Amino acid sequence: MPGAIYAEALVKTFGDVRALDGVDLDVPEGTVLGLLGPNGAGKTTAVRCLTTLLRPDSGRALVAGLDVLRHPNEVRRSIGLSGQFAAVDEYLTGRENLQMVGQLYQMRSRAAKARAVELLDQFSLTDAADRPAKTYSGGMRRRLDLAAALVVSPPVMFMDEPTTGLDPRNRQLLWEVIKGLVSGGTTLLLTTQYLEEADQLAHDIAVVDHGRVIARGTSDDLKARTGGERVEVVVHAREHLTAAAEILGGYGKGAVSVERHTRRLTVPVTGGPKLLAEVIRDLDGRGIEMDDVGLRRPTLDDVFLSLTGHATEDADTATDPADGTGEDPKARRRGRGKDRGRQKEADQ
Amino acid sequence: MSAVTDPAPTPAPPPTGTVGALGQSVRDSLVVARRNLIRMSRIPEMLLFAVIQPVMFVVLFTYVFGGSIQVGGSTSPDVYKNFLMAGIFAQTVTFATAGAGAGIADDMHKGLIDRFRSLPMARGAVLTGRTVADLVQTSITLAVLAVVALIVGWRPGYAEPTGIGKVLGGFGLLLLLGYAFTWIGALIGLSVRTPEAATSGGLVWLFPVTFISNAFVDSSRMTPWLRHIADWNPFSATVQACRTLFGDPGVSASTAWPMQHPVWASLIYSVLIVAVFRTLAVRKYRSATA
Repeated sequence: MPGAIYAEALVKTFGDVRALDGVDLDVPEGTVLGLLGPNGAGKTTAVRCLTTLLRPDSGRALVAGLDVLRHPNEVRRSIGLSGQFAAVDEYLTGRENLQMVGQLYQMRSRAAKARAVELLDQFSLTDAADRPAKTYSGGMRRRLDLAAALVVSPPVMFMDEPTTGLDPRNRQLLWEVIKGLVSGGTTLLLTTQYLEEADQLAHDIAVVDHGRVIARGTSDDLKARTGGERVEVVVHAREHLTAAAEILGGYGKGAVSVERHTRRLTVPVTGGPKLLAEVIRDLDGRGIEMDDVGLRRPTLDDVFLSLTGHATEDADTATDPADGTGEDPKARRRGRGKDRGRQKEADQ
Repeated sequence: MSAVTDPAPTPAPPPTGTVGALGQSVRDSLVVARRNLIRMSRIPEMLLFAVIQPVMFVVLFTYVFGGSIQVGGSTSPDVYKNFLMAGIFAQTVTFATAGAGAGIADDMHKGLIDRFRSLPMARGAVLTGRTVADLVQTSITLAVLAVVALIVGWRPGYAEPTGIGKVLGGFGLLLLLGYAFTWIGALIGLSVRTPEAATSGGLVWLFPVTFISNAFVDSSRMTPWLRHIADWNPFSATVQACRTLFGDPGVSASTAWPMQHPVWASLIYSVLIVAVFRTLAVRKYRSATA
């Protein structure tokens, strides 16, 4: 039996951009799927197809057991959507916004009023309830937007980058709300660019790139797939980089990658803390001063980079440490997003 | 923020039998109309400008052009003033088009249309609610403008006897025309990318439509081909109907059918515009993507 959210071979093209290129998804009831990918990967397009906003060119999608294409209105009764932008009317007060959404979910106006009061309280907006949303901070707007998506306690929720642009405190607050929702039995599909967010919230993760799911599994599965641990060393002086790279090469199971501007060296290893101790002794013995050293388990960042093919570029930098091109994976991904601005536009 | 302690998630109930599809559509439209009226009340300067603009036109046309435009063989400023008002009224109601377009484009831009489209609400309600709210605003503008017109010297019954019923009928036709045009605005708003484009896109085409007509000058003095367009212009039909109903001077003697039967022509044109543009706009809304 298909899960609460199910998609089969979804395809959506905008001109010659294949925003979705055959996406399959299956989210069991009461679980969270994190859709992880860079800008323009097709995350938003997938959400728009599943929430009846966009007709896929081909493929099939079921939400809460209902065919999205054949029974869109029934699907709409079962879903809540919190989009990439806080979709609230800024001239209406928080209370008016929630009442309006409640009424449009076909609640009676008294019930919509009562529900608005509850939600304002839950989302700590009671004090601002009767102020126009225009006067709200970014975090408050996001909360109001999420509250609007929860007016009817829908069994299936979609959140498109719910914490993009939020400060850490507000992000933490939203995470708590989301965890509360899921513990209540809601099925959630969440898109995010933040690996940490997927790690925190999602039971399963689907990594999306170029409109395709390129990997799926739990956070641990994906980390295991990237391979084992690595030793990371930050040397104190830049002129020690070459010597340190040579030493690390002797212990490593692969190429040493060197980030020249941060004086950071990384090498995949097997052998754990015992090996780390040896490495430290060796470096120390040759008079190489270290600012930081440690054994690192792969993060989802590593997973993502290895899956999307950037790991090979990192390996290149090992042979040419002076190359200096964006060793910071985040910077690289931002640049990548820009290259594909066109697809991003289509995606939104 | 307290943890969410909702009851077990449940889908929204389907509309109850007594409500029915039409009832739901009316109810949803009213909810959206109310939302737009609240917005308007919080941005009073919008209404203020909507009123100032036609008042400015009245004053400028009356005092700048008033003495030099010939209407029905007369160049009396008094005649022109009484001739002009129906034209200004009609132009004013059509300018509401730009507001509707800009409002809807803004809703798309801000993601509100996405939110509405993900809700189990009647399909046309977002647009109907908007056009109904605009109709309320147009009524207010028109009422203020009528008072200004009376102050500067407009006298219903100036050329032909009329009655209160006929005058109100004229205003009814004006509001219907305005309502019809907001559907054109809705379609423009859904078709352009930004609210700014909707504002200018909503206005540019209104100038030829309102000027190649009998609104500001006697169309019988235009070049024949232009006169032909003016006589069949839907906008002219309403202006001619208003002049007839208000008892204003300068009623066109053209033999074109809309000029001979202006009240019917005005009704038919307006209903046709609503039917065509509502269908197009609702279809566009269903697939609208910001």
